[in-house]
Amino acid sequence: MPATGNANAVAIELTGVHKWFGQFHVLKDIDLKVMRGERIVICGPSGSGKSTLIRCINRLERHQRGRILVDGIELTDDLKRIEEVRREVGMVFQQFNLFPHLTVLENCTLAPIWVRKMPKKIAEETALHYLARVKIPEQAGKYPGQLSGGQQQRVAIARALCMNPKLMLFDEPTSALDPEMIKEVLDAMVALANDGMTMLVVSHEMGFAREVANRVVFMDAGQIIEANEPKEFFDHPRHERTKLFLSQILH
Amino acid sequence: MTGSDRAYIRTRLAANEPPPTRAGPFHAIVQGLFSGPLNIAFTLFSIVAIAFAALPVVRFLIVDAVWQGMDASACQGAGGACWPFVQAKFGQFIYGTYPEALRWRPDLVFVLGALLLAPLLAPAAPLKRINALLFFGIYPIVAFVLLTGGNLDLRHFLIGRLTAWNIFGSATTAGLSWNFWSDYVATAFLVAVLVEVGAALLGARARKASFTALFVFAAVGAVVLAADLDFGLEPVETRSWGGLMVTLVVAITGIVASLPLGILLALGRRSEMPLVRLASVIFIEFWRGVPLITVLFFATYMLPLFLPSGVSVDGLLRVLIGVALFSAAYMAEVVRGGLQAIPKSQYEAAEALGLGYWQTMSFVVLPQALTIVIPGIVGNFIGLFKDTTLVLIVAIFDLLGQLRAAFADPAWASPVTLYTGFAFAGIIYFVFCYGMSRYALSLERRAAVAGGR
Ligand SMILES: Nc1ncnc2c1ncn2[C@@H]1O[C@H](COP(=O)(O)OP(=O)(O)OP(=O)(O)O)[C@@H](O)[C@H]1O
Ligand SMILES: [Mg+2]
Repeated sequence: MPATGNANAVAIELTGVHKWFGQFHVLKDIDLKVMRGERIVICGPSGSGKSTLIRCINRLERHQRGRILVDGIELTDDLKRIEEVRREVGMVFQQFNLFPHLTVLENCTLAPIWVRKMPKKIAEETALHYLARVKIPEQAGKYPGQLSGGQQQRVAIARALCMNPKLMLFDEPTSALDPEMIKEVLDAMVALANDGMTMLVVSHEMGFAREVANRVVFMDAGQIIEANEPKEFFDHPRHERTKLFLSQILH
Repeated sequence: MTGSDRAYIRTRLAANEPPPTRAGPFHAIVQGLFSGPLNIAFTLFSIVAIAFAALPVVRFLIVDAVWQGMDASACQGAGGACWPFVQAKFGQFIYGTYPEALRWRPDLVFVLGALLLAPLLAPAAPLKRINALLFFGIYPIVAFVLLTGGNLDLRHFLIGRLTAWNIFGSATTAGLSWNFWSDYVATAFLVAVLVEVGAALLGARARKASFTALFVFAAVGAVVLAADLDFGLEPVETRSWGGLMVTLVVAITGIVASLPLGILLALGRRSEMPLVRLASVIFIEFWRGVPLITVLFFATYMLPLFLPSGVSVDGLLRVLIGVALFSAAYMAEVVRGGLQAIPKSQYEAAEALGLGYWQTMSFVVLPQALTIVIPGIVGNFIGLFKDTTLVLIVAIFDLLGQLRAAFADPAWASPVTLYTGFAFAGIIYFVFCYGMSRYALSLERRAAVAGGR
């Protein structure tokens, strides 16, 4: 994959996005522009709306006001467009969400075969390629229940990559893992970042953020409070709320 | 490590050893049955109970049974089963009054069914897709033609009923009525045009909708055509069907139809479209609210009163439809239970990969949901299999019905005839139901292995 196919192309653009859960105003006036090849880490306290925000980007949640453009396609109620967007956007969940009744290989080939209409053989080759990239080609025949958490999460990453997405969303991919397994998953994500994948990562792994992020976004109470490049963000946070948050998670 | 040691460092790593084994092949049995006083007491009690129940059965069925004879006189003083009775009536039990010279036809249906079903059920057998297509797509038509003789007596389709369409009179070719089939084709195109116009008015994809309509007509037409062809088989009315044959026809139709219908209803009940949901709920609750006997009575005696005059639907067919819809409603609730057990995260993972509704359902949700409810599904199948005996009350003589009819034969009147007959029927029902139950168990085990549980 080229590092940045077109550095000036916009991958995601959110303008004035609002969302409510019933009466609860969960996202407030979100503006965010992500360029192709950019890697954004989103952090913030629990309940601040991080998951909701990235789930709006592939329409697992529906926003009620504002505009969301993904790869130039605006997300509306039009099902065809939603499916178009989802084909281009890979997602990795906190709880892996693998399909337990399918083998690792079948997990990885299901969508390419049925959504991308890829011939089975090619889909399997692709799957093995990506499983090798996340360093578990030997697990292809096993069921998810037979793997460790770290291995499952790497399968989930491979599964998303098999669709050849233009951008990847990660929702706290390491927070359900034991410390020893966090590293193997982060390594896979760093490798992905080095290949130039556009990534939007909800994470509290500050080491990861320092290493690969172009920008760190801090959210609180449904709003983006501060966004900056990692070094500035961690060394000189400007907003009081950010300072407080950083002091809590860094110590 | 002892209490006084502050620090500990292992000097030699322990090697892997096999787990300890107890001596003797009987160890597990002894351990399972006689490990303690309470266990011993239960074991002894169970042995006594089994002896009390099993011994009389064995004596009745085998030891004291009469094995040879030409009529009831052989069984007059018998203390056990009168097997010659079963032997003499065997044909009736299996085929009812199906003409004897034509019984090769149901035989062929039985054999074909078994040949197609066995590899379908065996997990290791290859060519599942073709096998399934043959069994669910082709076999029912073949069975229908063989059992009834095919060559339906079709005269009018829709237009012919509404207008005076009667161009070809009663001309037929190879058993196909020109009147009916010209009517059918005309109706198909008429409906396709209507669908296209309707879809265009609603802003939907009109061309696709009309092609779908034509496709449905073509598919249904192909099935009806096959059933309408004249293969030169002598027609046999369903009224003369009976015995195990009818039991199997009713049960298998019910089973095969109820699962897909039940799945659709369960999905409908969980649909986000309010009308679909409402229709599913009404359908399910209606059929679950009435007893099967009522359904059968209604289908047999009341339905003809509601149908337009001149339209008659075969009695067995009405019962089949009633049974299928009835069991579909129950199946829907079982399947819904399975659907509810699938976490939202599975749907989300599938959606995030770009899978559409039907793909998500067929590849992700239903395989898991159905696996969970295998016991419930098979419970329904077994219940349905046994409930088929109720068709007796609408004058369809299934296995049990033929049995009852045979009891009335004075040539076989003996004190044990009744017991023998019911023992025979019991054994047959048991073999089928127990078979289903065991098969389900093996499926569950396989699923458990696949799920890594
Ligand atoms: N489906 C829902 N219905 C109602 N409220 C919801 C729903 N999902 C999330 N919320 C609420 O919205 C708020 C934001 O949730 P969200 O999951 O986006 O937070 P988060 O920042 O990802 O938190 P965490 O770090 O704990 O994952 C929370 O207060 C949560 O309770
Ligand atoms: Mg979250």
